[in-house]
Amino acid sequence: MSVLLPASLAEALETLAADPDLVPMAGGTDLLVHWPQHTELHERSYLDLSGVEELRPHRWETDELVLGGLTTYWDIIEDQRAWNELPLLIDAARQVGSIQIQTRGSWAGNIVNASPAADGVPVLMAYDAVVVLESTRGRSEVPLSGFYSGYKEMRRSPDELVTEIRVPRRAYDVQIFEKVGQRRAQAITKVGVAVTRSDAGWRVVANSVAPFVCRCPAVERILEQGTEVRGSDDLLPAIREDVTPIDDIRSTAEYREKVLARLLYHDLLDLCPSFG
Amino acid sequence: MSDGRDDPIRISFTLNGEPTTVEVSPSERLLDLLRYRLGLTGTKEGCAEGECGACTVYLDGLPVDSCLVPAYQVRGRLVETIESLDPEGMAHYHARGTTQCGACTPGVVMTAEWILRHRDRLETHTVRELMAGNLCRCTGYDGIIEGIEGALEDREAG
Repeated sequence: MSVLLPASLAEALETLAADPDLVPMAGGTDLLVHWPQHTELHERSYLDLSGVEELRPHRWETDELVLGGLTTYWDIIEDQRAWNELPLLIDAARQVGSIQIQTRGSWAGNIVNASPAADGVPVLMAYDAVVVLESTRGRSEVPLSGFYSGYKEMRRSPDELVTEIRVPRRAYDVQIFEKVGQRRAQAITKVGVAVTRSDAGWRVVANSVAPFVCRCPAVERILEQGTEVRGSDDLLPAIREDVTPIDDIRSTAEYREKVLARLLYHDLLDLCPSFG
Repeated sequence: MSDGRDDPIRISFTLNGEPTTVEVSPSERLLDLLRYRLGLTGTKEGCAEGECGACTVYLDGLPVDSCLVPAYQVRGRLVETIESLDPEGMAHYHARGTTQCGACTPGVVMTAEWILRHRDRLETHTVRELMAGNLCRCTGYDGIIEGIEGALEDREAG
């Protein structure tokens, strides 16, 4: 195994441009799981970003929160403004593993690891976050809701790094994040959902249901149009239009679509006059 | 910048208050560096996947699972292990059944002591939530929670 340790973003981007096979890494909480047994991973070469200090801080701009490429969950848990203004970030961060993981894991790492069961991604997507990618070729921005195209497939070129995540600051009157797992702590999600409503409209994001975290436009349309929903089963056709539920070791497709429908129905019953 | 396959990386960091310089392999975990090369065997390996917390140490003052930290990432930083804690501070835990077989205990005590030093975090989090990353097969957790809550009261009292 070899590891390259750039000390600045410019050096990191040049190094990656010269060898796009390098695997970028931040805290390592996904990579190092059962590390001694995964000898095949020791054969690869890594671009370790831990020395690129400029990627760590997050900042509040007038109209957005900007997370750095190395901003951790704990960095946000320690920021009282996030509790007040974007509480779903806190809800999600607290559900990632435990404090020992929250202090090491990064929001950007959660995005590019591209797990369908990611905890950070659904709430960022429900807040209309934008992924900022940089390479020596320049800078591009991709809405997180359009970032994934399949299981672990995403719009990141091998020479690009996620350097920022831009989260708009809006007034929300609905903010919900639900996670169903085997137990509360340290569990990977079986079914999750994030819902927000602002002047920009409803956002419904399904987590751990499809091969990647995704918005549910058909469900959002039901909410926008005030279509009558008399029970959780009424949401199933829209859910089936939006996601192709997966069977895996944690759950079945049938369970996932039913639980997603029930979570949504239960959470929205008191908020939507069209639900009864 | 380090270059070349498997080249060792020379790192300096502060370990339990002492300046430390070692050469590490790129694939070496902080847990293994501590236990097998620096002789600090108080830090335990349990699950090797960041679930059990037996390998908890502080990195720049925050609890981390040392099984998930590449050793070279501690360059220039502060690392504290269970060996840095005052043994007399353990009396709270002994008195309340916080430990049984002992396998999880170093990690439990590291997180517990972090809570004691950062009690303002209890305005937003419960002791149970902060302890969720330390698994224990013996106590059923009540002994752990009672030990920490007792220590919080004891130290408040003076």
